Amino acid sequence: MMPTQTNVKVDGWLEAVDRLAGGHLTLLSLWADPPDVKMALLDEASGAVSIVSYHCRNGQYPSVGVKHPPAIRLERAIRDLHKLEAIGASDTRPWLKHTAAPYEFLAAEGEALHQIAVGPVHAGIIEPGHFRFTANGEFLVRLEARLGYVHRGIEASMAGAPLDGAAKFAARASGDSTVAYGIAFALAAEMALGIAAPPRAIYLRALMAELERLANHFGDIGAICNDASFSLMHAQCGILRELTLRAADDYFGHRLMMDIAVPGGVVRDIAADGAAHLGTLLAEVRRVFPQLVELYDNTASLQDRTVTTGIVKPDYARQFGAGGFVGRASGRAVDARRLPGYAPYGDLKFEVPVLTAGDVNARVWIRIREVEQSLALVEQILAALPGGALRVDLPSRGGEGLGIVEAFRGDVFVWLRLADDGSVARCHLRDASWFQWPLLETAVEGNIVADFPLCNKSFNCSYAGHDL
Amino acid sequence: MRKTMIESLWRGPLTEPAPPADDAALAELAAKVNRAAQARLGRSLSIRHVDAGSCNGCELELHALSNAFYDLERFGLRFVASPRHADVLTVTGPVTVNMREALLRTYEATPDPKWVVAIGGCAVDGGIFAGSNAVAGGVKDVLPVDLTIRGCPPSPRQLLAGLLALLKV
Ligand code: SF4
Repeated sequence: MMPTQTNVKVDGWLEAVDRLAGGHLTLLSLWADPPDVKMALLDEASGAVSIVSYHCRNGQYPSVGVKHPPAIRLERAIRDLHKLEAIGASDTRPWLKHTAAPYEFLAAEGEALHQIAVGPVHAGIIEPGHFRFTANGEFLVRLEARLGYVHRGIEASMAGAPLDGAAKFAARASGDSTVAYGIAFALAAEMALGIAAPPRAIYLRALMAELERLANHFGDIGAICNDASFSLMHAQCGILRELTLRAADDYFGHRLMMDIAVPGGVVRDIAADGAAHLGTLLAEVRRVFPQLVELYDNTASLQDRTVTTGIVKPDYARQFGAGGFVGRASGRAVDARRLPGYAPYGDLKFEVPVLTAGDVNARVWIRIREVEQSLALVEQILAALPGGALRVDLPSRGGEGLGIVEAFRGDVFVWLRLADDGSVARCHLRDASWFQWPLLETAVEGNIVADFPLCNKSFNCSYAGHDL
Repeated sequence: MRKTMIESLWRGPLTEPAPPADDAALAELAAKVNRAAQARLGRSLSIRHVDAGSCNGCELELHALSNAFYDLERFGLRFVASPRHADVLTVTGPVTVNMREALLRTYEATPDPKWVVAIGGCAVDGGIFAGSNAVAGGVKDVLPVDLTIRGCPPSPRQLLAGLLALLKV
């Protein structure tokens, strides 16, 4: 999956922007490696990934966001973190860097509108962010999110770190996707070094990734129902989630399986009795989960809340290249395990569920279908688990690489440049949430204020993975 | 729905016995907590949680405390929606520069007597984020901390043992 990389002048850069704006390519990410800015582009027809690199003059580059809105917040982040300016940008407000000056929210004008300000500290045990609602009575006219509260300076902290140290930062970009980040970072490092992890490590990574997906989907399905005041589903899904995390703890030594997938392979094997006992977990899930699905499907009061609520238009999902259940519930049939694809998924059989309704209900159903697929994947992985080494040695040399991995909420993109001594010169991480948060703002329009928590939970975007 | 509920009745509770209160946590608290103030509150504490820069891993395990296995509320410990209703602030994450102000305001909005519990390696001293320009430090660099619960993230059992110590002092 080695991407083509092209150094471009203004013309080449603008041509790429036009192809994005025309819908021919999907923006995977936009980042700075000063004095260069780079874009990663996905051709969804072929699965080919390409990188275009532009050498900034006087710290400036032509704005992508002015023609292709998904790039706007990435440009604002580049300005905050690297002081490179997008010329022609329509929105030059700070994003990740918060300043003393009051933040200017976008205006919403009209009679009888009022604003509701929420956050950064929210009422539940959730991550911090600020939501500014403009409402007309009960109906939402506009939502604008302000993020960056959990900006920890991860990318800056990674620069100069040795690979194993940097991997720890990647694993802590978003705790719920620590396995996916670990794998994406490892793939990027392995591409940069021109090595590959041993087959057993590749399968164990996939096993952990599917367990992570299962645990998160259980948690999400329950939490969405809970936000519709249906706590029975929450309690039952919570049990399945806990059983999955306990299995992870028993067989990989950590409930979230943090720091196990690393450049070169994995740091530990599955416990000797792990494969047999995971079968018990699968059996329990297969026994209980269908009953919960039936319960979800047959509870009219719950359906009343989720059906036709918070619709994401398929056009937006396509334009923003929305990954995960947000994209797949709105007709975008892309899953990084298939497109561009990575090992071992080419050898495994699974379906990528797609729906078109784009509402909360569709996002629940994508998760339900993905649970079923992940169960089948875990079985296949256990049956095909190769023997052999867990890790290869890492050479000390420079290089560039990228990794794209399907986390439970969508694609995680990692780009990495190593210095000649093998340490990290620059690493860029892009969570699926970057392209999902803006769609949440479109999805709640015209919905009632009380349905926002439900819409928000059905997206379950990451704050930490976005704010870095 | 009836089927699921009846089955739950047959199965009996999943809830497990409580772990013993953490000894180290007890010692740490004993040195700090005003016993008289604690006695007034009795065996019930309301907890307000603040994520001041966490990766969300610690939050996942805090959530787990409410599932059927740990059932936090049986101990009189419950999470509340406002700092004005809280006796205890649990804080996770290194405190980011961007969250410092919000954390301080939440603390100020919490009525006395109050306790601050720093949860997770990041909250203890900044963890691997210590030294980052975007981070103000561990929780103790911003607020007085009464109790620390280590781990990355601490498991629900560790969290429970630490929080139970709050009731035992
Ligand atoms: S202690 Fe670990 S799990 Fe908790 S916020 Fe820090 S990195 Fe995340």
